Amino acid sequence: MAASAAPSVRSADSGGRNHGLWIFLIWLPIALAADLLIYFVWGPHLPPGTMSNTAQSQQFDIKVMAVMAAPVMAGVLVYFGYALVVWRQRDGDDSDGPAIHGHAGIQAAWITVTSVIVLSLAVFGTYELAWKGMDGAGAGQGPSPIWKPAGGTPLQVQVIGQQWRFTYRYPQFGGFETTDLVLPVGQAVQFNVTSLDVIHDFWAYQLGVKADANPGVNNVAYTTPTHTGVVTVRCDELCGLWHGAMFNYGKVVTMAQFQAWANKTETQLASITAILPPYSTVYDPTVVPQMSKAMQKGGLTGGNGYYYPPNDPVQP
Amino acid sequence: MAIETQPDQAHGAGGGAPAHRGRRPWWQRPAIHTALIGAVVGYLLGHVLGNYLAGSGNSLYPNIALSDSSDWPIVLGYLLGVVGWLAGLGVFNDVLRQMIGKPAPLNGVNGGPEHETSGLARYFRYSLDHKVVGIQYLVGMIIYFCTAGLFAMAIRTELLSPTHHVFTSQAYVEIVGEHGTMMMMLMTSVVVGPFGNYLVPLMIGSKRVAFPRIEALSFWLTPAAFLILLSGLLLGGFPFGWTGYAPLSVQSTLGADSYAMAFGLMGISVILAGFNIIVTVICYRAPGMRWSRIPMFVWSMVATSFLFVLAGPVLVGGMYMMLTDRTAQTAFFEDSLGGSSYLYQNLFWFFGHPEVYILALPGFGIVSELIPVFTRKPLFGYRVAAAGMIGVTLLSFFVWQHHLFDSGINPDMRPLFMLTTELISIPTGFIYLVAMGTFWKAKIRFTVPMLFALGMYFNFLIGGISGVFLSDVPADTTEHGSFFVMAHFHYTIMGGLIFAFMGGIYYWLPKMMGIKLNQTLGKWQFWLMFIAFNSTFLPLFAVGMAGQPRRVFEYAQNLQPLNDWVSISSFFLGGSILIFVVNFVWSTVIAREPEIGNPWQSRGLEWQVASPPPPGNFERIPVVLSGPYEYGDKNAQPVADLHPPPGVITAAITGATSVRAEA
Repeated sequence: MAASAAPSVRSADSGGRNHGLWIFLIWLPIALAADLLIYFVWGPHLPPGTMSNTAQSQQFDIKVMAVMAAPVMAGVLVYFGYALVVWRQRDGDDSDGPAIHGHAGIQAAWITVTSVIVLSLAVFGTYELAWKGMDGAGAGQGPSPIWKPAGGTPLQVQVIGQQWRFTYRYPQFGGFETTDLVLPVGQAVQFNVTSLDVIHDFWAYQLGVKADANPGVNNVAYTTPTHTGVVTVRCDELCGLWHGAMFNYGKVVTMAQFQAWANKTETQLASITAILPPYSTVYDPTVVPQMSKAMQKGGLTGGNGYYYPPNDPVQP
Repeated sequence: MAIETQPDQAHGAGGGAPAHRGRRPWWQRPAIHTALIGAVVGYLLGHVLGNYLAGSGNSLYPNIALSDSSDWPIVLGYLLGVVGWLAGLGVFNDVLRQMIGKPAPLNGVNGGPEHETSGLARYFRYSLDHKVVGIQYLVGMIIYFCTAGLFAMAIRTELLSPTHHVFTSQAYVEIVGEHGTMMMMLMTSVVVGPFGNYLVPLMIGSKRVAFPRIEALSFWLTPAAFLILLSGLLLGGFPFGWTGYAPLSVQSTLGADSYAMAFGLMGISVILAGFNIIVTVICYRAPGMRWSRIPMFVWSMVATSFLFVLAGPVLVGGMYMMLTDRTAQTAFFEDSLGGSSYLYQNLFWFFGHPEVYILALPGFGIVSELIPVFTRKPLFGYRVAAAGMIGVTLLSFFVWQHHLFDSGINPDMRPLFMLTTELISIPTGFIYLVAMGTFWKAKIRFTVPMLFALGMYFNFLIGGISGVFLSDVPADTTEHGSFFVMAHFHYTIMGGLIFAFMGGIYYWLPKMMGIKLNQTLGKWQFWLMFIAFNSTFLPLFAVGMAGQPRRVFEYAQNLQPLNDWVSISSFFLGGSILIFVVNFVWSTVIAREPEIGNPWQSRGLEWQVASPPPPGNFERIPVVLSGPYEYGDKNAQPVADLHPPPGVITAAITGATSVRAEA
């Protein structure tokens, strides 16, 4: 921004060095080098990685933002650096600088250039958000999502937040509830994120998925894992004392492994699933504890009748 | 126009009773000690009343009695404690006096008859002199800032290790909440309070502010808010940071009452402060002080004040609803009873996003005021700078939902809020255009205030550009709620506002106190603060991008080296603030090297009077002749005629049109 406007001030300089040109010449290689490094060297390693289509879109956005930001930052810093070196007060010179009150051309150029940069970034961001393959960039879209993955029904995974742990229900596999997050590679996933108590936030870092878990709200987020591996899940919204300890790990595995795991777990947990509240997009937190008698009768001994009692880690 | 040409007469005619009345001994006059007594008495009364209301013996309000809520005694105690605090200060004395038909002159305003023109005691009273209020604010803000800063040191101490804990999770979450809330609620006034109240009348050529009582009240609410917030620690703190999202905040234990009460009080304080400044600038400008001549700092104060009065009520409303949810069993934020936790998020951020510009605009104002003086050039693009501030003010009300991109609200507005958020970087960028234009072929003087201004430009550049990353929904999905956001707003607030605040102190303290701050210590402070600040917060961008959420006390093992680096840097940052405190105390209490003239050769109107300014600021209302930034212009007139011949102002007021045509 800075340097793009700088050459036009040449005329203001009567005699001596052409400051605008100098600043431009210092800025150009720095900006070029920074952009090339960011795009080609640093870019492929930028967070959050490439484990899903949404993660890829976030990585690409961060990369493009960085490519746009680097020349702007370089321009401002080169300009200030140049000014501080060249236009500092010399010893014994107490006089004032030239009385320049403004320059219509430079002001107009600045406003135009910054507006173009900013508007193009907004257009770019909107395209990245709403484009078909991006599924709403992995952000929680609430109960009525508008950017959905193409193709058939996605794998449904319900994420239930409570103080202070996440559990997962798989409604397409009988609605069993487990603390393990296992996903198949190459399959679109629909996370239905909800909470039993306060607001949590489901952040599957490597998948590029982030959605608040609100009590009484089904917050939907989509992603399609593209590689197998381990996923870190952290709570990203301050939810009370043990917020910092509210994390676990998920796995992205092959479709065959996933099928095997899901079928096995469904059978294993069948008796427990029968006692759980029937699968639903949201749960009334005031009702869940009242089910304790039925649950205890069925052999569930978790505190307060929760299948998984609230998780209160021991101070190490 | 509310210019009083004959202030002394105006007072003399009013009866002048206080001047003649014998002075009572100090302990019988309202001051901070009577205020403390009032607060304690008020709290106890409120506590008893609350216990009665919520007790089983109360048949008047069965709902409340049945709620079995122990929040009542606390909330009513705080409420009546504040009333007692203000009553003890004598806030209501003049009001009551007027109610029974007695005169209530504005002592200390306008340089009129006043019994506290000197002495330390006036700083502990409900003083109506805007210069006293400015100093009160300055000292208060430094105390609040350092207290909240100590909490930050504690946070970084805990984060030295991901597994070994210094604090319990309870203590840690209390510390996080106290640090965040104290900084965000009290630092709203860090510039408007000291510099806005002190300097705006001087800069616009006024002898007084428009509403001295409201101004004084706005200050005296801040210690109350500060103490109430701190008292939350005695009640077990509050586990929800500075945002206080329902339902966690509604369900939390008693400490949450201190959060809601303190934040709400501070909301009232900023509404009052902003109201006073807006009216002062509109109505109390000296003749010739046109809108195209008012200093950029005053523009920033006006812009900030509009944010105060427009955003503040939303905060107060939100806090009030939270308190009634906690006490009177309303369900504004309770989904299962027909309320909505999104309502709180929307209310909070509808205040909260303008607030972050409340924490940026004053900084813009200070640096824009400093650079013409130290580059010895006129401010480049005065209109662009003012337009930038107005643009930021307007747009800041249209961006709040970018805090809710992942929250599960309907997604169809996301492109719009992405657009508005990106747009706000255009007027913010004007500040850089103005700075770079001003630096062009300048004669830059590297004084301590200038160093802080340069530091501000450097830091805010990083803070601002990282904000553009956050406006982009896909990129934000990774960055939201992580240390990236935390680094971003520390760059804009600490790196922007606090650096500018420090520059402002070094620049204006000679004006406000008539003493010089030690410049060598100032340079040490700047360099340590600048290096340590960047060394603290730059790595946190990486930490956040690598997946560390905010407000956690356990984090991934592989992030420990970076976190340790940050923690150690933050201790150096704390050390730089310690240098400042030492310098401040040393220079103002012990060394007291006098500075009476115009040490920076500034054209600012505030520098044309003695330091510290006499009571009533100006002997006569000055007539402003030219703008404040006409450096290097040999034909420029002096900034103002401080001793206009008698009758000129009356003529200017009665024949305003002719004067305007002349100028």
